[in-house]
Amino acid sequence: MSENNIKMNGNGTHKSAGTPKIGFYVCHCGHNIASQVDVEDVQKFAAGLPGVTISRDYKYMCSDPGQELIQKDIKELGLNRIVVASCSPLLHEHTFRKAAEKAGLNPYFFHMVNIRENVSWVHDNRESATKKAKDLTRAAIQRVFFHKPLEKKSVPINPDVLIVGGGIAGITAALTIANAGKHVYLVEREPTIGGHMAMFDKTFPTLDCAACILTPKMSSVKAHPNITLWTYSEVEKVEGFVGNYKVQVKRKPRYVIEELCVGCMECIDACIYKEAKYPDEFNQKLSKRKPIYIPFPQATPQVVLFDPETCIDFKSHRCKKTCIESCDRKAIDLKQVPEYKDINVGTVILSTGFKTYNAELSPQYGYGKYPNVYTSLEIERLVNASGPTSGEIVTRDGIKPKSVGIIHCVGSRDQKAHKWCSKVCCMYSLKLAHLIKEHTDAEVYNFYIDMRTPGKGYEEFYDKLMTEGVHFVRGRVAEVSDWALVPEEENKLTIRVEDTMVGMVRRIPVDMVVLAVGLEPREDAGDMRRLFNISCSNEGWFLERHPKLAPVNTFTDGIFIAGACQGPKDIPDSVAQAGAAAAEVLSLISAGSIELEPNTAFITEDNCSGCKSCIPICPYTAISYNEGTKKAYINEALCKGCGTCVAACPSGSITQNLFDDEEIFSEIDGLLKFAGIELEETEAEHA
Amino acid sequence: MPEKNIKSNYEPKIVAFFCNWCTYTAADLAGVSRLKYAPNVRVIRIMCSGRVDPQFILQAFASGADGVLIGGCHPGDCHYAEGNYKMLRRFRLLKRMLKDLGIADERLRLEWISASEGEKVKLVINEMVEQVKALGPLAIPQHLKNINEELKHFPGEEIREEEMAHA
Ligand code: FES
Repeated sequence: MSENNIKMNGNGTHKSAGTPKIGFYVCHCGHNIASQVDVEDVQKFAAGLPGVTISRDYKYMCSDPGQELIQKDIKELGLNRIVVASCSPLLHEHTFRKAAEKAGLNPYFFHMVNIRENVSWVHDNRESATKKAKDLTRAAIQRVFFHKPLEKKSVPINPDVLIVGGGIAGITAALTIANAGKHVYLVEREPTIGGHMAMFDKTFPTLDCAACILTPKMSSVKAHPNITLWTYSEVEKVEGFVGNYKVQVKRKPRYVIEELCVGCMECIDACIYKEAKYPDEFNQKLSKRKPIYIPFPQATPQVVLFDPETCIDFKSHRCKKTCIESCDRKAIDLKQVPEYKDINVGTVILSTGFKTYNAELSPQYGYGKYPNVYTSLEIERLVNASGPTSGEIVTRDGIKPKSVGIIHCVGSRDQKAHKWCSKVCCMYSLKLAHLIKEHTDAEVYNFYIDMRTPGKGYEEFYDKLMTEGVHFVRGRVAEVSDWALVPEEENKLTIRVEDTMVGMVRRIPVDMVVLAVGLEPREDAGDMRRLFNISCSNEGWFLERHPKLAPVNTFTDGIFIAGACQGPKDIPDSVAQAGAAAAEVLSLISAGSIELEPNTAFITEDNCSGCKSCIPICPYTAISYNEGTKKAYINEALCKGCGTCVAACPSGSITQNLFDDEEIFSEIDGLLKFAGIELEETEAEHA
Repeated sequence: MPEKNIKSNYEPKIVAFFCNWCTYTAADLAGVSRLKYAPNVRVIRIMCSGRVDPQFILQAFASGADGVLIGGCHPGDCHYAEGNYKMLRRFRLLKRMLKDLGIADERLRLEWISASEGEKVKLVINEMVEQVKALGPLAIPQHLKNINEELKHFPGEEIREEEMAHA
C-alpha cells in the first residue's frame, strides 16, 4: 500500500495532511441501491484501491448506526478521509460531513458518491450499473486524496424579511413573523392586499364567509407595527445572498398621497364622471368604476387611486379636477412619480399566487362568445353580497336563471391545455352549486370527469350536496352552443356531453353556464424566478427544494415559497405552507447566522501573472487588481464559488476550494482509469 | 448473450460535467422519477458549468473518454448569473480545436438542462450514447501508446540522442 501512496503523492503539487487513510462505505439503501448494484462487489473492489484502509457495506448508511460506524472507524483506525457511496450529495452530504466532524475529522475530508439517483434508480442492467458504481467509487477515492481541511464559512442573517405577494399566504406569513417580533416588508402588486380570497363569498367546505375571516387579518397587517405594507408596488432588483439581500422596490404612483388619504371617497363622488364608466377589475369586469376608485370596500389600505389610462386629466390635461377640490386633506397629487425604496433583508418569502385559466382558449365552451357563459371567478363575484349585483344571481341579459350547468376541469386535466389537476375546482364547484341553488333555486348540473374531494370534511360536503338535489353528470362536456334542436332548447345554452354513467350522449339546455377554470402559474413567474434566482417546474410553478422534505425551501438559501405559486392549493394548504415558510425564516433568524459552503476561490500570488483576464469574468466583482503588487486579488466575502475564474485563469493560479483542479483531474482520471485496458481485455476475451 | 462481438458489444464511456443547480438536480429528478437511461455516462458535479476548464475535457479524452457531456442551466438561468455564457464561449473555441484534432463533433456536447427537466437528461444521454456508439471507440490512450511505440523505432530519435550525448 505504501507503494501506491507514493504513486498517488508523486503527481506534483498536492499537500495533503499525512498519508491518506480512507474509509469507504457503500450503502444498500434497503433495496433501493442493492437491487441494481452488487453492493458487496463494490465494497470488495474499493477495499483493493490504493489508500483505502477500510471498506464496508451497510444497509442504511444515513441511519444513526451507519453514521456511528464511520465515527468508530475514524477513532479506532485513524481514518483521515471518508467516502460514502449512497444517495445524492444534495440529500445527505450534510449528514455525513456532520458525522465525520463529530468524530473529530475536518468535515471537508469527505466525499460522496451518488449511486442511487445516478445509478440504481436509472439503470436496469445490474452488471453495467455495478460497473458504473465502481468507476464512480474509484473516482471519489482518488479525489479525496487531494481534499484539504477547510474552515467553515458563516454569514450573519439580517432579521428583516421581505414577503412578496399579499394574498392569504403572504398575509399569514407576514403576521406570523411580525408577531414573533421581526420586521416584515410586505410587497403587493395590486392596490390592495387580500389576493383571490378577497373575491370569494364563502369558502368550502365550512361555508364560512371569506371576508369575515380574511378582512380582520388584512387590517391587522395594516396596523401591525412590525409590518411595512407596500401595496401597488413591485420588486425591481434583488442582489446579494442569504442573510443579506439588497432589494429595490418600486412604488407605483397612485396619484394619491397614501399617508394623507383616509378613504372617505369624497373624491370619487366629486369626479366629473357622474356615472362609473370603466370595467371594474376586482369585480371581474361585471361592474363599472370611475377613473378614481377603491378596488372594494374593505380594501387594505383604505386609499383611493387613479387610473391614468382613463382619467381625463392624464389624457388631455383639461379636466376641472373637481376631485382635488373635494379633498380637504389635500391628498391628491397628480404629479406623483414612482418611488424607489432600497431595503436590506436577510430572507425572502415568495407568495405570488396563481392566475386562473383563460377560458377563451377552450372555444368549445363558448366563453366570450355567449354572454351567459361565466368563469367561476365571475360567479364568485355574482354570489357575493358585496359584489356587482349585491349577491343576486342574474345573467348578463338580466334574467334569474332557472337552470345552471357547472363544467368542471376547464383547462385542467386536458392534453390541449394543462395536464395537471388544479385541485380546488371540484370543491369550489360544489360550493358554487350550493350557493347558486340557495340563491336561485335553479336546477344545477355538475359536469365532472372525476369528483376529487380529498380533505377534511370535503367528501362529507359532497355527500351533503347530493342530498340537496344538485345533479351530477359524469363526462367531459363536448360543446356548449345556442343551437336549438328541440323547442326546449330555444333561447338556452345547450350542453352536449357524453354521460358515461348511462353510456349515451345527452343534451342539457341551461340558462347559465359556469366554467370551473383551473389554476395556472402567473405570466411573470419566469421573471420572478430569475429575479430571485430560483427554479420553476416545467409547468412554471416555483420549484421546491424537495417535494417532501423541503416543500417551502428553494435551491437558493434564504428564499422560501408559500401558497399557490408553488402549485395549485386551497386556502388551508396555503395557510399551512405560509406558516411553514415563516417557521423556516424564523429559524434562520434566531440561529443568527448560516453556514455556507466554503467553496470560494483564492489566488496564489506567486503564480499570478497579473494578466487581469479573471477580473471581467466575475459576475460579483469579487476580483480586483492590486496596482502595487501587479497581482489580482479575490475578496472572499463577495465570492460565491462558481469557479468560472478558475477555469479562465491562464496561469492556473486560482484555486477553488472543494473543486480544485487536482481534485477534478483525479476524478476524471479515476472514472476512466482502466478504460484502455478494459478494451484490450474484451478483445482478449473474445479472441 | 450468444454472439458476442466487440463492435456491437462496445460500450462507450462518457464523462459528464453537470452544474450543481440545474443539470445535476435534473439528474437527481430523473432518478427520483425512475427514468431509465443508458449506463455509459459518469457524472462529475461542479458548482457551475463555468467551472469547466477546457483542460478537463481534453484530459477526459486523453484518459480514454469516448465523449464528454456538459450540462448547465439555460441561458439567463445560471445560478451565478452568467457562468454558462462563459462556458459557451470556451465550448465554441474548443469545438474548433477538436475538429482540427480529428475528434468528431458528436463527442463533445453542451446541453442546457434545468432542474425540472429530468426527462431531458434521459433523452440527451440516450441520444449521445447512441451517436458515440455509432462512431466507435476514440481510444486516445491506445493511440498515444502506439505513437510512443513507433517513436521508439524512429531512427531520428537515436541520432538526436547521440547528438545529445555529444553535446
Ligand atoms: S449554475 Fe448552472 S450553469 Fe451556472
